[in-house]
Amino acid sequence: MTQNIDKKQNIFTGAQIFVKCLEAEGIDKVFGYPGGAVLHIYDELHKQNDVTHILVRHEQGAVHAAEGFAKSSEKTGVVLVTSGPGATNAITGIADAYMDSVPIVVFTGQVRTALIGNDAFQEVDTVGITRPCVKHNFMITDVKDMASTIRKAFYVASTGRPGPVVVDIPKDITEDTCEFSYPEEVSMRSYNPNIEINEDSVDKAVKCILASKKPVIYAGGGVINSNASDELTELAKYLNFPVTNTLMGLGCYPGDDPQFIQMLGMHGSYEANMAMHDCDLLIAVGARFDDRITGRLDKFSPDATVIHIDIDPSSISKNIKAHIPVVGDVKGAINKISNKIIQNDLKPKNIDKWWDQINEWRKKDSFKYNQGSDIIKPQFVIDKLYEVTKGDAFITSDVGQHQMWAAQIYKYSKPRRWINSGGLGTMGFGLPSAMGAQFANPESLVCCVTGEASIQMCIQELSTCLQYGLPIKIINLNNRYMGMVRQWQEFFYEKRYAMSYMDALPDFVKLAESYGHIGHKIENPSDVEAALKDAIKQKDRLVFLDFITDQNENVFPMIATGAAHNKMILS
Amino acid sequence: MRHIISVLLENESGALSRVAGLFSARSFNIESLSVAPSEDNTASRMTIVTSGSENVIEQIVKQLDKLIDVIEVSEITSNEHVEREIVFVKIEDKSIDKKMMDNFSKNEFLKIHKTKNNEIIIECVDSPSKINEFLKSVKNIAVKIVRSGSVGINSN
Repeated sequence: MTQNIDKKQNIFTGAQIFVKCLEAEGIDKVFGYPGGAVLHIYDELHKQNDVTHILVRHEQGAVHAAEGFAKSSEKTGVVLVTSGPGATNAITGIADAYMDSVPIVVFTGQVRTALIGNDAFQEVDTVGITRPCVKHNFMITDVKDMASTIRKAFYVASTGRPGPVVVDIPKDITEDTCEFSYPEEVSMRSYNPNIEINEDSVDKAVKCILASKKPVIYAGGGVINSNASDELTELAKYLNFPVTNTLMGLGCYPGDDPQFIQMLGMHGSYEANMAMHDCDLLIAVGARFDDRITGRLDKFSPDATVIHIDIDPSSISKNIKAHIPVVGDVKGAINKISNKIIQNDLKPKNIDKWWDQINEWRKKDSFKYNQGSDIIKPQFVIDKLYEVTKGDAFITSDVGQHQMWAAQIYKYSKPRRWINSGGLGTMGFGLPSAMGAQFANPESLVCCVTGEASIQMCIQELSTCLQYGLPIKIINLNNRYMGMVRQWQEFFYEKRYAMSYMDALPDFVKLAESYGHIGHKIENPSDVEAALKDAIKQKDRLVFLDFITDQNENVFPMIATGAAHNKMILS
Repeated sequence: MRHIISVLLENESGALSRVAGLFSARSFNIESLSVAPSEDNTASRMTIVTSGSENVIEQIVKQLDKLIDVIEVSEITSNEHVEREIVFVKIEDKSIDKKMMDNFSKNEFLKIHKTKNNEIIIECVDSPSKINEFLKSVKNIAVKIVRSGSVGINSN
């Protein structure tokens, strides 16, 4: 094994090659958890300093941390877990990354090749189990393929529509030896992420844009993945078109800009959903017409011509017919459209009347709430959080009512500042993804907006936060209910609150303290602002703020499943 | 509508299950599926017979194309093409009279194999519609039917 290796001949073990590949990819952080099948790799990681391993407390946390790392930076997140339960625990995170197009590479240990298929200890068919929720996966069956496979894995994860790639490595492959060289080039005949944008469709799009009297730009997470926020903002400004964002797209257009008409969809603003319904031109940019966006399909934007810009051909005309599909990288597509319009000084139609209508809808102020003096409204906490952080924090969230309020009320003015689980809707995402965001942005303020139900799904990561001194601020909106479940039960199940009451809750202050952090319980509206400010002053400590909020608050507006955009429940 | 989709894919282990898994995960129909080596010894060709609306077929083609191991996808039914399928039908000797046997023997698309167990196996290579016609004619006497599923190729 390692001691027999002649380094002069450039011969290394698979485990050594693994570490060298990470170095060659410029990876400095790996989130993981050791176990039998990956011990050779851990031994090699232990011997060097270029790649730092972050020890989580559960493999799901490792994957969410890698996602938070990737989403808050422009880097690929990396995970290392063992075989069997290590791999199965990682699957929720892998599926989450698949739904939200997050570039991560997950390395899973596997039993020795001779044992595969024998129901060996800690054996699962990782490649088989993960197949439906990865962009691609590999099993390395020969140490000579280690370097080229890892190169391909990073290439596939980070190009085109990004996504998770799993690489399964049997233990014997990590002790086998071969010569090492890291491939400079990577090419796969069956995978070409560089799609040339069709000029005809760009011309058609430009024509429609210039002719529209009631346009809406509907921008999603693809704008952020393509790093095209500046380009989108410039074009939207030039055109004076209203912009709405999906949950995943928040921050891709400045949230405090007057042209921003807020988030759309099931819990979107009145003005955004009404504009979607009444528009004559819908410019979908890096968005996929998810069912939480469209509501009832046959009543969706009934009079609109649809321009759909997306890198994934299979997203186009999947749910909503695109009249003008523009397939390709969002940034490249926007640049082409901008070049034709801005550089030729072409002017869109006057849309003042459309803006008058939108401003009329805006007067509904559909995210409004009434903060009395007795009990804290959850929205008020988010409002204050926005104020005291001046809109400049990284905000991660879990899943449920608190997620919707954090999306509706905090104004994200930059991309990659809002990190949440949109597609899969994974409770437990918030805390570990905040860890990843804090590792990627060590000098920045990272806050995790959560609820007392979600936070308990990955609460063990408080221990990781202590080990690495992560000064995350946890904003727990504690209403003693699985709030979103309770809301649905109130509306659609005649207030039969089956299993949605969080009985026997822990004392979160003591719990935070037992993990070595600061905990603070806030019950009065007048204490909210000071509590947030004090927490932020704790530059090097994690602070767990347990806000006791109104149990009866619901998320409005709401479009019930299967209803049209203009059929919103407002209060 | 019935469609034939031809897929060229990398000869990687698991490539077949990626395709099969895609069909089940997205609730697409599979009428038949056949896979075998192609002119390129590092790739296999798969012929999938499926049915669905134009939108569904468009999604099937796009989703197949998105699989990393898939090199090329083509829907071959929308253009001129040749399509063939093979079927074996096992029949007991006692179920066949002389007139039927003569008919089988005269049919140039059929081959007859005799077994040691007083049975014959009729082999038929033809278009699926002709095969269906043939199977109808032997419906009451067939003991066992083995069909390969279609393969097809564009002819224009």
